[in-house]
Amino acid sequence: MLLSQFLIVSSALFSLGVYGLLVRRNIVLILLSVELMLNAVNINLIAFESVIRSADATGQVFAIFVITVAAAEVGIGLAIVLMIFRNRRSANVDELNLMRW
Amino acid sequence: MLHKLAVLATEEGGVVHAGDGGWWADTAGIMLVLPFVAFLLILFFGKRLKYQGGEFAVGALAIGLVWATVLFVMNMTGGVLDHSNTFEIARIGSDIVFELGWMVDGLSIMMYFLVNFVGLVVFIYALGYMEGDIRVNTFFASFSIFAGAMLVLVGAPNLIQMIIGWEGVGLASYLLIGHYWEDLDNVKAGNKAFMTNKVADVGLILGAILVGVAIGNFDFAALSEAAVGQNAELGAVAFVGGLLLFFGAMGKSAQFPLHIWLPDAMAGPTPVSALMHAATMVTAGIYLMARMFPLFQNLAQDARVYMVAIGAITLFAIGLLALVADDIKKVLAYSTVSQLGYMMTAVAAGGYTAGLFHLFTHAFFKALLFLGAGSVIHAVHSNNMSDMGGLRKYMPTTYWTFVVGSLALAGIVPLSGFWSKDEILATLGHEGYTAVMWIAIAGAFVTAFYMTRAVALTFFGEFKGHGEPHESPKLMTRPLVALAIPSIFFGLLNIPGVSIPGIGNFTEWLSVRVVEMGDHHAEAINFGLAAAGLGAALLGIALGWMIWGEDKKTQEERDSLEIPVLYPLLRRKYYLDDAALGIVGATMGPLARSVDWINTYVIDGIVNAAGALTRGLGGFVYGILDQRGVDGFVNGLSVVADGAGAGLRKLQTGRVQQYAAFFVVGAIVLAVVFVILI
Repeated sequence: MLLSQFLIVSSALFSLGVYGLLVRRNIVLILLSVELMLNAVNINLIAFESVIRSADATGQVFAIFVITVAAAEVGIGLAIVLMIFRNRRSANVDELNLMRW
Repeated sequence: MLHKLAVLATEEGGVVHAGDGGWWADTAGIMLVLPFVAFLLILFFGKRLKYQGGEFAVGALAIGLVWATVLFVMNMTGGVLDHSNTFEIARIGSDIVFELGWMVDGLSIMMYFLVNFVGLVVFIYALGYMEGDIRVNTFFASFSIFAGAMLVLVGAPNLIQMIIGWEGVGLASYLLIGHYWEDLDNVKAGNKAFMTNKVADVGLILGAILVGVAIGNFDFAALSEAAVGQNAELGAVAFVGGLLLFFGAMGKSAQFPLHIWLPDAMAGPTPVSALMHAATMVTAGIYLMARMFPLFQNLAQDARVYMVAIGAITLFAIGLLALVADDIKKVLAYSTVSQLGYMMTAVAAGGYTAGLFHLFTHAFFKALLFLGAGSVIHAVHSNNMSDMGGLRKYMPTTYWTFVVGSLALAGIVPLSGFWSKDEILATLGHEGYTAVMWIAIAGAFVTAFYMTRAVALTFFGEFKGHGEPHESPKLMTRPLVALAIPSIFFGLLNIPGVSIPGIGNFTEWLSVRVVEMGDHHAEAINFGLAAAGLGAALLGIALGWMIWGEDKKTQEERDSLEIPVLYPLLRRKYYLDDAALGIVGATMGPLARSVDWINTYVIDGIVNAAGALTRGLGGFVYGILDQRGVDGFVNGLSVVADGAGAGLRKLQTGRVQQYAAFFVVGAIVLAVVFVILI
């Protein structure tokens, strides 16, 4: 397999993630898009690692790291979403402009 | 890590046999852990139960009492135990090791038994006393910690764990004294207790560090051996270290002048007072002194005279205060302070067993008196003896147990207090503290005097409160009986020179202490001294009865004893509580006035001249430099910032996705820049 194939898949995933992040209005889907971007990065890391093969497997370690952080992030993110939904009966980001000046 | 203390003591020429206690001693640590388990169970599951979780507290101490009793009996019958289990938890460098664990020797077994037995009785009593009260759940949780921390303290094989338990006891007492925190006074009482103890704790911690670092080991066993072996490094710090440790003990054991927290600590519920004054908290200081006894006996002899002096002041002067208190719990509190003075004096003078035996007997009858007082308070809904009187008819069980406790405290033969107090008197006489011995005899008179007053005002005469008082429920009176029995009989465990067949006596049970201590304990009854002590007590009772006896009906008549100078002094507690403020006020006033004069006429002149000069200069600086130059610049800056802010804040829309878009655009721009540049 060529490295470039992996990179194409991951950039496609990343772009999808960015698209979803900017366009979707539902917070849950925005969070999912963020996950998509993180996983694109993971694919990149693993792909490069398989080429470079560093002694201490830095790429793979980082991928695991990213997965861990992503899990934590989703945990907190969904908790926030839940609280927002309970308070405002909506998960639409357009209606959430509390953080305005 | 398991290590056994191999060195055995020889006591008066005869070798004492030390066992290691086997399985029971190996698992004795369960006693130290159970109350904390109970604490968690109470917090999580307590509210669903009938007594709000008090069941767990009682259960923990009941199981602990099994261990304590088995060890106590083994210690009595099968030779003295000497055993300790420790786990290393940390290490500084290679020599100083911190360990946790538990010790099983005569002294700690005695304390295990005391804490578990008195604790259990008080807990059972509290089930009845606290029923329907507020926050019963939290109360029992804190109460469990209180007993648990005390067990950690007395089981400690080294100074570090002792400090941990010490602070735990302090924390729990703070929580319990302030249990009714809706009333600001109670909160203040809790704070006062905590702060006073904290002041003393500094002494304890410094002292512990000093003696521990001197020999590179915090173990009591190592410290004792070093002290007996006249270790030079330890000898160099012994005096200061000893006094610092004593200062720590003064706080917890309420020695003059750090006793001020104890009477205020009556703000807590009565079971707390009972446990605090009998088995936990206040005995901690005496226990510390007993644990460090070899240090004082062999190296820090110079410190002892101060300790004896403090103890003597405490036992007499604070005892007098009990004569004027109207709150029945305060009477008992002052009496506790006074009895602690006895113990401290004894231990300081070299009477290891004498002090500890008094601690042992005192725990039972003082807990009994407090629980009795609690029962009375429960019935009349007031702490004040002016609202009581004549309760003998209404509360027979409380009445006779309270009288038993009072007689034991007063030291009437053959109740327990007589034997232990007599032993202290004998020790003081033998060690050459004759003046202190006479003070102690006078103290016995005072003790009997104020206890007679308390009994007379509470149980005799006519009832002066409201409503119809009634005897407390069985859950509360049974514990009273359970404490009255040891109060009567436990004094017989240590009659000088008498060894009960098969079990020996109290002195022997406490005899293995790693190394020989060379303390004094009487070999035979000194009848002259015993008669003097007993005579003083009987005189106190007789005189007290004449003044406060049954035939006087009204309160004015009963409290008619007014010695002109002494009484105002006592009422104001020797002005000790005012003293801090008073000293500050008296010295600061004149000082402040003289400073004020100098200020007005000397300094002000200089300042005014300088001021005029400065003003001229200031006018110039202000008018020309500041107003035009600096202000112009600053105003200009603020206008710029204002404009920039007005423009930029439009970006702050609060729309998350817009931010994300900015972010993405920024990332793309950066990526392009990097690609072009690199």
